[in-house]
Amino acid sequence: MGNYDDLKLATKNMRINIIKMLSQAKSGHPGGSLSACEILAALYLEEMNIDPKNPNWEDRDRFVLSKGHGAPVLYAALAEKGYFSKEELNHLRKIDSMLQGHPDMKGTPGVDMTTGSLGQGLSAANGMALAGKLDNKDYRVYVLIGDGESQEGIVWESAMLASHYNLDNITVFLDHNGLQIDGANREVMNIEPIEDKFKSFGWHIINIDGHFFKEIFAAIEEAKNTKGKPTMIVAKTIKGKGVSFMEDEAGWHGKAPSEEETKRALEELGGGIDD
Amino acid sequence: MTKMIATRDAYGEALKELGRINKDVVVLDADLSGSTKTAVFKKEYPERFFNVGIAEQNLMGTAAGLATAGKLPFASTFAMFASGRAFEIIRNSICYPNLNVKIAATHAGITVGEDGATHQALEDISLMRSLPNMVVLSPADGVEAKQCIYKAAEHNGPVYIRLGRSKIPVIFDENYKFEIGKGVELKKGNDIALIATGIMLEKALVAAEELSKEGISARVINISTIKPIDEDIIIKAAKETKGIVTVEEHSIIGGLGSAVTEVVSENAPTYVERIGTMDVFGESGDGNELLEKYGLNVKNIIDKSKKILSK
Repeated sequence: MGNYDDLKLATKNMRINIIKMLSQAKSGHPGGSLSACEILAALYLEEMNIDPKNPNWEDRDRFVLSKGHGAPVLYAALAEKGYFSKEELNHLRKIDSMLQGHPDMKGTPGVDMTTGSLGQGLSAANGMALAGKLDNKDYRVYVLIGDGESQEGIVWESAMLASHYNLDNITVFLDHNGLQIDGANREVMNIEPIEDKFKSFGWHIINIDGHFFKEIFAAIEEAKNTKGKPTMIVAKTIKGKGVSFMEDEAGWHGKAPSEEETKRALEELGGGIDD
Repeated sequence: MTKMIATRDAYGEALKELGRINKDVVVLDADLSGSTKTAVFKKEYPERFFNVGIAEQNLMGTAAGLATAGKLPFASTFAMFASGRAFEIIRNSICYPNLNVKIAATHAGITVGEDGATHQALEDISLMRSLPNMVVLSPADGVEAKQCIYKAAEHNGPVYIRLGRSKIPVIFDENYKFEIGKGVELKKGNDIALIATGIMLEKALVAAEELSKEGISARVINISTIKPIDEDIIIKAAKETKGIVTVEEHSIIGGLGSAVTEVVSENAPTYVERIGTMDVFGESGDGNELLEKYGLNVKNIIDKSKKILSK
């Protein structure tokens, strides 16, 4: 794979598509979508054993976007992979669209679990992983959890279950951008030391920079080779990554860019409005 | 003497049989397997039984995930925690994606008894029937409970099955055939219609006998599918009698009484008297004594019937 040029290009396209779809939708969540682009690109475009022509293939790897408000990055990745036409992205959040504000597994090909109400994704992923073990299937289940999301109690109920049942077929990415709606995690409700918390719940922990493919893939390999326990990849990320005025700003958690801001963002990302 | 079976015991037996005939059946519990009777399944099929600990939200979420992978999960805990504690997980992770999860909730109603108000689910029918895609079943005895479990397993989609703690009289014989969405007329009558669900069916039958001694002919209808409710049998009763008394071990708000009232007010307006807990919490006590204290009894059914007939 070398310097990951193809993936980097695809990730750039995903960022451009996220800005475009949110601009058209006039609402939605750019910050936490942009922070997870490399992680989703790595999973959907390289790592996961999936088939866009057969989205419900029973042996496929699964992905659960527990932080469901990051739907735009999921849709951008699915479109990039070919689950549906990129033209669909123009209909995000609009009436009669298959692209709901938060992921809907029944309406959108490639979406493995309906999410949006925070905290529920790992719990569902546990069920998928238990089923895989019962059926002796070797598919893997990937989950993306937000750092603010980990304040939900059910996250810890399900963290306990994953290690109790030795679910080494689960790999969670923690999108650790440090921000949530009301501000910094540490000010709203401190989650640190988050690594120690999951470690004490029986998880294997890997710390990475969530914007570097080399580190993402190395962590995925390490997770696959970790037996008897689930793995948590704590990915340090930047909320709003790639758009200078959105980076590390809590205000861009759930706000669509204006026309002017869209233009600036696309110029920075190297994609024109009509690209 | 009448045979007595708790509906939760019938559930345990049905699970054991289902586990034998369908290898996709998996059972989840939240540290109450001895009480909910899922331990019967656990004993036979330990590899398909998952205790999630005292964590009802995760109970429902994990069941949802298992269903996405083709399993047929039965998730059990007390009705209070299933319908209340885990409500939003059931809504967003099970009902919205229409996943094939069966929620068998035991210890419903005031007859939980001594544990008191915190454990007496009197709102669960109301909560569960408000959810799109959800089927809500409330069997009246052990025979019907068993069949509800089998029919729930055949149905593709979420089902909530309301089960009780106490041993209750067996009403139906082994030839009885339960069908989702069908009410059953157990006694003919044209003066008043008694529409009951769950453990209150037996009291409605006794009340009808008492009323007949006074020359009042009471029709008795069992509604074990709260949703989708059998509109035809209710509309027919509304048209052919002078009024309806609904009887349930549940709040009068949002349960069977509300469901029946919705049907008749849109189709065949008539007098309806609702018997249930009157927008109050329960308390500790012997189950039967609580039924008496809170008016969930034969006398109240007779009184409410006469109230309608005197109008």
